[in-house]
Amino acid sequence: MKFAVVQFGGSNCDRDTYHVLTDVCGVDTDLVWYKDGLRRPYDAVVLPGGFSYGDYLRAGAIAARTPVMAEIVRHAKSGGLVLGICNGAQIGSEAGLVPGTFTLNAYPKFISRHVYLRVENTTSPFTGLYREGEVIRVPIAHKEGRYVASDDVIARLKGDGRVAFRFCDEHGNTTPESNPNGSAENITGVLSEAGNVLAMMPHPERASEAALGSEDGVKIFNSMIAHIEEHGHRGPMR
Amino acid sequence: MNYDVTITIALKEGMLNPEARAIRHALANLGFPTEGLSTARLYRITLDAADAAAAEEEARQMCERLLANPVIHHYTIEVE
Repeated sequence: MKFAVVQFGGSNCDRDTYHVLTDVCGVDTDLVWYKDGLRRPYDAVVLPGGFSYGDYLRAGAIAARTPVMAEIVRHAKSGGLVLGICNGAQIGSEAGLVPGTFTLNAYPKFISRHVYLRVENTTSPFTGLYREGEVIRVPIAHKEGRYVASDDVIARLKGDGRVAFRFCDEHGNTTPESNPNGSAENITGVLSEAGNVLAMMPHPERASEAALGSEDGVKIFNSMIAHIEEHGHRGPMR
Repeated sequence: MNYDVTITIALKEGMLNPEARAIRHALANLGFPTEGLSTARLYRITLDAADAAAAEEEARQMCERLLANPVIHHYTIEVE
């Protein structure tokens, strides 16, 4: 099993994510500089957090148009897993891997704090180890994280079970007060149509070790590993 | 020949614009109450094209492929 963490100019959670995958989850992982492309097949590609290209134009917009993203779109189309975290979620939505977009927070400032999330889907490759309705504590750190999509898209996401996570309070209630950035219907984790891409604003890699105050996020990576062990997904050769 | 193209990209009608809201609030604090305020981003691009229609099509492609996000934006193009 092989994971890739893709590094763009301005990525800054790449090594954190690599550390969790290799040292906490024990999975063989490559750090892949975006100019080098995917030089071998990967079971899963992680787009890490950061500020690729200084968030110029729109967060994630320029990274989404790099050649490596065309390869990652092909990887996803062939069933390979893609996890986009924070800036990686913005890149993934800009690249069309998931519908909708992540834009300027309703109160337009940078928010960095722990939040509660309710797990809405437990059948995806990313959430299989959670219980339905489980409340987890994971940090967010973004200014452009408000999920926006048309009413039709939101209805389809809900109907298809493609909402992975919603912001909630510590009891699991999805209230306006527990929605830090004004996301549509508190949504902050969205799955692709085939379910093999997850774009999420919260940072599970920052909640994967007891020393960091929460281990709730590590189940996302371990769910991916368990899914691959069971189904053996591999991306295409270049 | 060279054409000067002006592309204006703004949020679609009804989209929440937190930036405009903050600016409006600041203007009100300075004694400029407003009945409405919106923002847009403007690009001035010079490009070589066969004619004005080709320049406009080139600009439209730029909007569709990079400059605008169709989920939240609409755009206008003027060619001189």
